[in-house]
Amino acid sequence: MSDEYENKTGYQAQSSESISSGGGGSGTASDADYVRPAETPEQDLYHGHSFITKWVFCQDAKVIGVQYFLLATFTGIIGLILSWLMRLQLGFPEAAGFMTAEHYYQFVTMHGMIMVVYFLTALFLGGFGNYLIPLMVGARDMVFPYLNMVSFWMFFIAVGVLLASFFVPGGPTGAGWTLYPPQTILEGTPGSGMGILLMCISLVLFVAGFTMGGLNYLITVLQARTRGMTLMRMPLTVWGIFTATVLAMLAFPALLVGALMMTLDNVLGTSFFMPTILQAGEVLEYGGGSPILFQHLFWFFGHPEVYIVALPAFGIISDLISVHSRKNIFGYRMMVWAIVGIGALSFFVWAHHMYVSGMNPWFGFFFATTTLIIAIPTAMKVYNWVLTLWRGNIRLNVVMLWCLGFIITFVNGGITGIFLGNVSVDVPLSDTYFVIAHFHMVMGIAPLMVIMGAVYHWFPLVAGRFLDETLGKWHFWLTFLGAYSIYFPMHYLGFIGVPRRYFEMYDSPYVTSAVGMNEFISMAAFIVGAAQFILIFNIIKSLKIGKPAGHNPWQANSLEWLTPSVPPEHGNWGEKLPVVYRWPYDFSVPGAKEDFITQTTPPSEVAETEVEKT
Amino acid sequence: MHPGIIFFLVILGSVLFHIFTPWYWTDIASNWGGMDDTITLTFWVGGGVFVAVCLFMIYCVFKFSYKKDRRAEYKPDDKKLEKILTLATTLGVAALLAPGLIIWNQYVSVPKNALEVDVMAWQWGWQYRLPGEDGKLGTTQVININDNNPFGINLDDPYGKDDVLIQSDVINLENNQPVKILLRSVDVLHNWYVPQFRAKMDAVPGVVTYYWFEPNKIGKYEVLCAEYCGVGHYAMRGGVEVQTTENYNNWISQQETFNDLIAKQKNIEFENKKIVKNNNFLLNKKTYKKEE
Repeated sequence: MSDEYENKTGYQAQSSESISSGGGGSGTASDADYVRPAETPEQDLYHGHSFITKWVFCQDAKVIGVQYFLLATFTGIIGLILSWLMRLQLGFPEAAGFMTAEHYYQFVTMHGMIMVVYFLTALFLGGFGNYLIPLMVGARDMVFPYLNMVSFWMFFIAVGVLLASFFVPGGPTGAGWTLYPPQTILEGTPGSGMGILLMCISLVLFVAGFTMGGLNYLITVLQARTRGMTLMRMPLTVWGIFTATVLAMLAFPALLVGALMMTLDNVLGTSFFMPTILQAGEVLEYGGGSPILFQHLFWFFGHPEVYIVALPAFGIISDLISVHSRKNIFGYRMMVWAIVGIGALSFFVWAHHMYVSGMNPWFGFFFATTTLIIAIPTAMKVYNWVLTLWRGNIRLNVVMLWCLGFIITFVNGGITGIFLGNVSVDVPLSDTYFVIAHFHMVMGIAPLMVIMGAVYHWFPLVAGRFLDETLGKWHFWLTFLGAYSIYFPMHYLGFIGVPRRYFEMYDSPYVTSAVGMNEFISMAAFIVGAAQFILIFNIIKSLKIGKPAGHNPWQANSLEWLTPSVPPEHGNWGEKLPVVYRWPYDFSVPGAKEDFITQTTPPSEVAETEVEKT
Repeated sequence: MHPGIIFFLVILGSVLFHIFTPWYWTDIASNWGGMDDTITLTFWVGGGVFVAVCLFMIYCVFKFSYKKDRRAEYKPDDKKLEKILTLATTLGVAALLAPGLIIWNQYVSVPKNALEVDVMAWQWGWQYRLPGEDGKLGTTQVININDNNPFGINLDDPYGKDDVLIQSDVINLENNQPVKILLRSVDVLHNWYVPQFRAKMDAVPGVVTYYWFEPNKIGKYEVLCAEYCGVGHYAMRGGVEVQTTENYNNWISQQETFNDLIAKQKNIEFENKKIVKNNNFLLNKKTYKKEE
């Protein structure tokens, strides 16, 4: 190892000399191909040999990514089943006689928490992040493989603790996923004893595990990029995951302290969040705390959390659209700055979740302004996606369908976000079904479309075989049309004024008219949920008898498709790390023979093209 | 079928649904028509952008679908177009934000002639208190609440004695009389919400929050709790009856004041509730001080 390094440093000294002597002159082919040499020795990897070190306590980021993916999906299916139960109660209460209000609120809470934290966050960052970051930046693995392995197992324990709460006395917490005190730890809420305790413990474990993974993603992106892979040559997927991880590192601590302080209130009787409270005619031992303090902590985490899910989705969708339109992503630099800008702004908008929380109402002016400012970079991203389609050469395959479905659902959900962000418009709509429809559209369905697109796109890399295209189309149309028919009409329930988190509507004059719609929405929800099992079937089937994909089946440019073996092996790159000469979006370059030029193609090989410098 | 056709039908269906929907907001019964107007404006601007972006996307899907012998355009960016789009979006956003902030300013600035209404929430119910002849509400404390003092009014506060107590979940309001709703909770978060009035705000234990509106339509309305407050949340309903001035005065004259209540319970000694469980010395010391 050290000998090799000596050689490299020798090479560095030599080449930097040659570049300084040749500076300013017209470049020869070898000058054009010059890439700064490596400055650090290559990473030593631990290669597992037994089943346990290869597949269970594995240190290969790709395997960890798949582990994250599978466990997050498993948890997501539980969340899906809970949503079915909720919709059964809302649409057909007479068929849901077994369900009490306690059950209902427990399902609401667990569904929300599972989907946001244990499904979407874990899947995007743990799943796609682990699998794609090292491959896309040309590293052999994450920089701290052991820590990475521990990260997954912490997540595993966190999920275990979370699911254990279904089996403790009192059941899981039914406090709503926002866990607002004081009700969270008072007896009027289901699971106010063991349930909430386990929830808080599980969140603390999740944050701890996630921090291990997150540091890995950050340092790998910053330190382990291969030669020539400048920051501005990274695929937007990596930019999205990288920025989301920065957000997560800053946001999750707020959740952590919130959970810990609440646990102290619950177990030791402190009063961080607990004012003087009268319950069942008795004044409780608490006094002087502020329930709104918790809300600030929660949403200081909770709003960036939205972008922790959204930014990787933005990045991934950009790459998918570009590859399958055979066109460079429009305005790459603008896209990068939009991701970074949205990430930074996302820390200044949290209180738009709290316009009617009873905080000082004058905050409303500030947070409405910052919230609507964030709409501008977000809108730019949307324009750039559709402008990437413009004059492209669009393959209308399943991956592209998911991309188009994403654009529609995301724009829809983004627009309703402008309603809710605009403080006084939020007043009549907050805490109604409009909010439910909005955030499911924008951070439920839209990211789900991206996940699905990404699964169909990268499955050939992970498994070496294509997913079935026909099943994929069924899966897409059922999911897209079904999900749209769930959430589009649901906004109008919010206009009527139907409040969220109602176990039963009774016969309020303005909600009885919504009965028909509720039945329709529930039917659609059952179908959409069932349609997801098509994907599971498709994956199992395609693993065995899918069409072999071979190398770079989509004719993409980015590094993950350029590994010597498919699926990539541990260490990713065989003997030699790849060297990068360009951005990953050189599609349809005039003068080129093919309609794509991979990142590893040196300029001398495509000398006759009119490629712009990237 | 070409996927573009289905996407087009989805967009068309959305627009038609919006035009013909039987589900839309309940008739407004307060002064907050400006909120509805801003929603309508946002629908036009936002809906316009939604339809435009989606139709453009669908057009691209039709026009530029894959042909083997065709190449996509190679154009990494277009600074001018990006500038124009940024500027247009900024203008659009500003146009929506401005009315939003103006109305919010009205929402947080309570008119001087507003009648103060104390809305007290608990798991799971409501009761109300109106100022008596002095026009002022007495101060309250959770710790004072007991059977003889259901609102927890501070006994040494002279403003409290003539307060009108309404121990019912239905309150009457006078038509065209602005009211300042003062929300308090004795246990968890609640939210006193009447869809027809559009306005809402959380009741937070430990502090008094407020909002205001002016009812302008005589009728009976249902009150819903709009902030999740535990297992009885969905059943936490109340009522408002908006009356003519005459009916309202008639109604209020029949209500009991705190003085009436005290007179009725002359023989019962008033005393503040003892704290049943107390191991938190510091925090409760603070509470005692306030009481003195």
